[in-house]
Amino acid sequence: MDLLQMKNISKYYDENKVLNDVTLTIKEGEIHGLVGENGAGKSTLMNILFGMPVIQSTGGYEGEILINGEPFTPTDPKDAMDVGIGMVHQEFMLIPGFTITENIKINREITKPTVISKVFGKTLEKLDYEAMAKDAKIALKKLDMSIDEYLPVAGLPVGYMQFIEIAREIDKTHLKLLILDEPTAVLTDTEAAKFLEIINRLADSGISILFISHRLEEIKKLSDTITILRDGELVKTVSADEIDIPEIARLMVGRKIELTQMAEDNRIKKDEILLEIKNLRVNMPGEIVNGVDVTVKKGEILGIGGLAGQGKIGIANGIMGLYETSGTIIKDGKELPLNNPREALKSSIAFLSEDRRGVGLLLDHSIEFNIVFSSLEIQERFLKKVGPLKLIDNEEVRNHVLKMIEDLDIRCTGPRQHTRHLSGGNQQKVCIARALTLEPDLLLVSEPTRGIDIGAKKLVLDTLVRLNRELGVTIIITSSELGELRQISDRIAIIYGGKLAGILKPDASDETFGLLMAGESIEKVVD
Amino acid sequence: MIVPIIFLVLCIVGSFFTGLPASFLVNEMIIRLARNLILVLSLILPIITGLGLNFAITLGAMAGQIALIIITNFSIGGSGGFFLSILISTPFAILFGFLVGKILNKAVGKEMITSMVLGFFANGIYQLVFLLFAGTIFPIRNDTLLLPSGVGIKNTVDLANIKYSLDHLIPFNKIKLPLFQKLAEYPIPTFLLTLLLFLLMGYLLKTKLGQDMRAVGQDPEVARISGINVEKTKIISVIISTVLAAWGQIIFLQNIGTMQTYGSHSQVGLFAVASLLVGGATVDKASWKEALIGTFLFHFLFVISPLAGQNLFGNAQIGEYFRVFVAYGVIGLALVLHAWEKDKAKITLSDID
Repeated sequence: MDLLQMKNISKYYDENKVLNDVTLTIKEGEIHGLVGENGAGKSTLMNILFGMPVIQSTGGYEGEILINGEPFTPTDPKDAMDVGIGMVHQEFMLIPGFTITENIKINREITKPTVISKVFGKTLEKLDYEAMAKDAKIALKKLDMSIDEYLPVAGLPVGYMQFIEIAREIDKTHLKLLILDEPTAVLTDTEAAKFLEIINRLADSGISILFISHRLEEIKKLSDTITILRDGELVKTVSADEIDIPEIARLMVGRKIELTQMAEDNRIKKDEILLEIKNLRVNMPGEIVNGVDVTVKKGEILGIGGLAGQGKIGIANGIMGLYETSGTIIKDGKELPLNNPREALKSSIAFLSEDRRGVGLLLDHSIEFNIVFSSLEIQERFLKKVGPLKLIDNEEVRNHVLKMIEDLDIRCTGPRQHTRHLSGGNQQKVCIARALTLEPDLLLVSEPTRGIDIGAKKLVLDTLVRLNRELGVTIIITSSELGELRQISDRIAIIYGGKLAGILKPDASDETFGLLMAGESIEKVVD
Repeated sequence: MIVPIIFLVLCIVGSFFTGLPASFLVNEMIIRLARNLILVLSLILPIITGLGLNFAITLGAMAGQIALIIITNFSIGGSGGFFLSILISTPFAILFGFLVGKILNKAVGKEMITSMVLGFFANGIYQLVFLLFAGTIFPIRNDTLLLPSGVGIKNTVDLANIKYSLDHLIPFNKIKLPLFQKLAEYPIPTFLLTLLLFLLMGYLLKTKLGQDMRAVGQDPEVARISGINVEKTKIISVIISTVLAAWGQIIFLQNIGTMQTYGSHSQVGLFAVASLLVGGATVDKASWKEALIGTFLFHFLFVISPLAGQNLFGNAQIGEYFRVFVAYGVIGLALVLHAWEKDKAKITLSDID
């Protein structure tokens, strides 16, 4: 008997199709593993199923969902809860100031009527803390937890929090399907082992489990069936016995972009070191870097890859001093002052931020000003002296910008156009133009093709390669798209858990990349 | 905890310099507590719901004053007039609270400044209605309400009709016993009503609705995912706050006996907020204890500061300045402390192992 059928689900965010005709079927009492890279569409699929507001506010979805054969159209998390779907989210969904009981019983509090509630309605019924605590205790007991249910959640170890979330879900008497989004990511190994045991027990009691994880070993061990998504498309649904871990890794990563013809590589490879990073730690929320050592050779393109949240984005931001950083960064034999973007820029490092519209551009200023302002500020170029004042030399700016617009083929109505109204690709080109104006010898590029259509993607990548080949600019490119890293990089560093997992050649196998990104150690992967 | 202690010290030191007899201070404080507690109480729910300090209780005060103008227009006085004004103010307050709640839901993260500006904006409309429309669009029966030109409500409205109508609701003075004669001097019924409202507030926080409000206040995202209607909960919280403020303002004015048509409401938000903060409440934490302690300390300082200024510096104005300085200062301090504590709670590199 199929508990859940999601048929031909498609979803657009603006112009981007993030889910294309995905079908997923879950049987009663089965553990279903769902794997895929970031951006593969796992979260979107779950958000659709759980009726998260973000789906409705971006135009809904296409396709059909059946629960026990009945059509189901979730528009609110409450709809999903009503049909017996529970979800343990990736980030903790607990209220720190509430007690364990209050968290387990949130919005399902047991109440008893009073005189006032009889007049003014059910919402004014008094909470029955004793009955709530009793229920909470039962739910916790099912998970082998013997913790005081009156303790506040704040201050509990993270492992406990995960179990409390599950207790909250299984306390729902009609729970039929439990979605677990990367539940073991924050658990220690022993906690994870216990956790998996409990999941098995829940499944035996008849609850279906949809298990999302990057830990392929867990998926393989725990699941009955595995579904692999890639780029918003269903790659394969297969029984767990019929597939091995390297195969899952290979299917997950896949080869997406056919290699385009690149500019001829006539660089003379030197082993001179341009940048040396030692024990770099960056406190970038959601992308924490925790002790990365890496060296960058002069004239190379170094790719930095890894799954979202593992810290790859933090590296470039740390080098630029945009987030609190510690460690040592040596450029050209000189130590770079940390936490100081101005010094980083002065040391001939330029940065194309992943947050193009936030950090990268002054959206309500002209293309012209966007291109020159860093250089104007840092290098005092494009200025003319009039007595004690330094004024912007408009003519020089205009000439430079016109040349840039032509060189990079920025499609715009003119240098005075505001950058807000440009397309993503052209905005990125303006960022590149600004970086070029600084004449850097090291260019940090983060997610250069995010939110850019396919055609412009190629242009942006080609431009980067040209800079590298013709002007000898060393490039560190950080990207979630492994395909593009493999296309243009000389070496690719994979970051996992805030640390360097290993450095691979771009022609290493899909399997190797997949496993390394999923947290396997390099020794194990390469053998 | 430090804020109420500082104010307690200020109050104790200050009271030495006033030279006022303790009995006078006690009497004065009883009257002021009765006047102000409900207004301060009205701020608690929005704080618990995560909306911060609801400066928009000014709108509630306006609702109260609208009701008072109406009953004065029809010359309805006494306790009947008082309860009628409570009744009339309620729908106005519910409407205003609903509108404020709607707007605050659109200004998530900037609720406090939005509520403050809403107060100013509403004041403009209030003035338009009562300066320009009263006597022209809305006929006014009671000529004593109108300005000599016949258009617009007077600056000062005499509320003699309902003065002490709640404070002296229970006719203790009719009982010829010394104890009851003594009780008649104090606003006992007002205290009883205040106590009732405080108890109801305590009850509300223990209900499903109260629990939802606490959940929304602590983490709206979690609340939403748990199926709680976050927006609706916030709106209900603001509505209750506004209604309480309307009632609070009526009770305040029946004690004073006159109403500054264009001024009485304008500082209600400011003083109530300052009172609550002096009691040790913060932008995201408040309870009835802080309301009680804060109202006491803040108004005690209000009573003693002019005299203390007079005796210390030979100038009562300095004490007056001090009061205003304290009111604004304590709000500023509370906001800075809140920002500072939030900043402290941020994870730094050294917290990551």
